[in-house]
Amino acid sequence: MRPETPRARTLVLDVREWRGHRAGQHVDVRLTAEDGYRAQRSYSIASPPLASTLELTVERLDDGEVSPWLVDEARPGDEFELRGPIGGYFVWEVPRGGPLLLVAGGSGLVPLMAIERLRREAAPDVEATLLVSARGPGDLIYAAELEGSAVVAYTRERPAGWTGYDRRVDRAMLEEVAPPPERRPRCFVCGPTSFVEVVAEALVALGHHRALIKTERFGATGG
Amino acid sequence: MDETMLDGNAAAGDLQQLFAVEVTQAIGVCDGCGNSGPLAEARTFALGPGLTLRCPACEAVLARLVRLPGRTLVELRGLRRLEIVPPS
Repeated sequence: MRPETPRARTLVLDVREWRGHRAGQHVDVRLTAEDGYRAQRSYSIASPPLASTLELTVERLDDGEVSPWLVDEARPGDEFELRGPIGGYFVWEVPRGGPLLLVAGGSGLVPLMAIERLRREAAPDVEATLLVSARGPGDLIYAAELEGSAVVAYTRERPAGWTGYDRRVDRAMLEEVAPPPERRPRCFVCGPTSFVEVVAEALVALGHHRALIKTERFGATGG
Repeated sequence: MDETMLDGNAAAGDLQQLFAVEVTQAIGVCDGCGNSGPLAEARTFALGPGLTLRCPACEAVLARLVRLPGRTLVELRGLRRLEIVPPS
């Protein structure tokens, strides 16, 4: 287990008979209470396909049923039920090439980090632009790893002396940061529903090809 | 903006237990308006034991999936066609 922020941590899992995954996929975690009550939620895989362990980064939703246990309660050696890997749409593989535009809102960064880690390991020549929106420095997961390689936009709190973006991701920001539409970047957008809608619409308005924009939304019902 | 709205990616886990291929990549054609796109882009609402997938263009119901004890009900009446490309 690795703390990432005060509200998020990475769980390193040892999964029996794990048959591997692709960057961008998720798993369903199912917890069963002693009285038989079951709660199931989806979490993105953070580790790249080549890694020897399976890692999930989970952010706590205070009124959630699953994430508080995963973030605060679970201890090394605990076991729980997993289903996956799941999904084939929000996935990037090396032969698909680039350039890549990865746009994350909050913990929507997790599946994009699996893609970015795969790219760094297996296809460093593929150009990638990573744009991450976070409420403040205390909410930015993988902060050390992102240092110098990602464009960060802080929406509420910012570090002292911050000279970077201090607003929500918008069309003007995407125009400045993203490869131009003529280069046909493969766009992956993940975050809360409203974030994804705004970013995907802005990309289309800028002339990016709709078929090259892949989105994954997590709503307010998760946790 | 309805923040409870998800997309078809959220249905992938349940669908993969029912179909022989990963079906959220399949192109679905809406019977209502004819819009076509991957099921992963469908507006998805997960309420209670059920999942409802709606057309992102006209909001018509494409598919419903309801898990009940011992059985699963699948309704696909809003899908005129599903174009499935098996994994290569």
